[in-house]
Amino acid sequence: MTTPVTRITPYRDGPLLIRGPFTITDQDGRDIETHQGTVALCRCGRSARKPFCDGTHKVVGFRAASAAQWES
Amino acid sequence: MPHLPTPRGPLSAAVLALLRNVPGSVTCAGAAVHPDVSAIADPLSDDDLHLALYCCYELHYRGFDGVDERWEWDPALLTLRARLEAVFARGLDDALAGWRAPAADAATMDLALRAIADADEAPSLSRHLETRGTLEQYREFLVHRSAYQLKEADPHSWAIGRLWGPPKAALVEVQADEYGGGDPARVHAELFARTLTALGVDEAYGAYLDLLPGVTLATVNLMSFFGLHRRHRGRIVGHLALFEMTSSIPNRRYATGLRRLGVDHPDAVAFFDEHVTADAVHENIAAVDLAGGLVRQEPELAGDVLYGARALVELDGRWAAALLEAWEREGTALLRAPLAVGA
Repeated sequence: MTTPVTRITPYRDGPLLIRGPFTITDQDGRDIETHQGTVALCRCGRSARKPFCDGTHKVVGFRAASAAQWES
Repeated sequence: MPHLPTPRGPLSAAVLALLRNVPGSVTCAGAAVHPDVSAIADPLSDDDLHLALYCCYELHYRGFDGVDERWEWDPALLTLRARLEAVFARGLDDALAGWRAPAADAATMDLALRAIADADEAPSLSRHLETRGTLEQYREFLVHRSAYQLKEADPHSWAIGRLWGPPKAALVEVQADEYGGGDPARVHAELFARTLTALGVDEAYGAYLDLLPGVTLATVNLMSFFGLHRRHRGRIVGHLALFEMTSSIPNRRYATGLRRLGVDHPDAVAFFDEHVTADAVHENIAAVDLAGGLVRQEPELAGDVLYGARALVELDGRWAAALLEAWEREGTALLRAPLAVGA
């Protein structure tokens, strides 16, 4: 059996999805509760539920590739 | 278990007459399973046609009180259902005849699906409820949605066994979340039932079937039709992808509107709040990993995926318009009014 890995995937024009074992804590070390096994973290900066995605990237026309970008 | 509804015309009467009979007692060639379908004016919203189809499909979900379970696979019932489905399918084809599917392959399926969502010009039910909806309109909205939401995710689950590899894993990833990730209290259909109760609406499965117009039942029949036929696996996948892609923002509006009306009981808003963040996850998985993943395996299904997505936009748009038009004239889109809350 392979060791479970944590996988982070940037989706095109959308959030970062985290799969696998993870915990999210704020800068004071408090756990941020999640109900789901996979979560989406805001990448556009406009979510009203940060650090989670709430779909607002579609409203604001956020554009970003899935692959790594080194220069814009 | 829900009770059989009251027939609305010759088609639902034909189905309900079968279901009161003994399975195997009706022949496929008989007049009972070949009713006249020529009188259907709008196959996408006909009240009689869609109650008839809904009852045929319900045999695959929870069934009906007092109906022999063998009817689910009775050849006479399936013969009749196929006849009704052909009318529905032709109506969909006609409605989408002027639509040109965006070009797409496996790597661009998310972009093509988004283009379909962005081209949707139907009036926004969620904007209305957020800013102007009354509590009574919220209750009516919930009654309409109960036809699907109390079996949320079930029509798409038919596809799991028809997929393999990455798209199967993607579909299960979404569905596992829909079904509460192992916690019965977090099953989305259960969250919806608690919302109904919190707002004084009967949460019993099928309680409002007699009140629901064809335009509402058609949105659920669409999923059952695509979900129950393996040949439509591309369409049910496209339906789910677009459903998830157009969910998080409307659900945030529904929750905002309820709080505007002073309704902030956790049970009343939890269903909508849950869908904001849940569907923000699901939409990416459904568009990229599920729809894109399926088309990577079966490129010839690209058109079906987009058709399923566009069909959802078409029927949901008609449903939203029906409610908004009824509310504009201070009426109801339900077949019986006023709505007897909790009755």
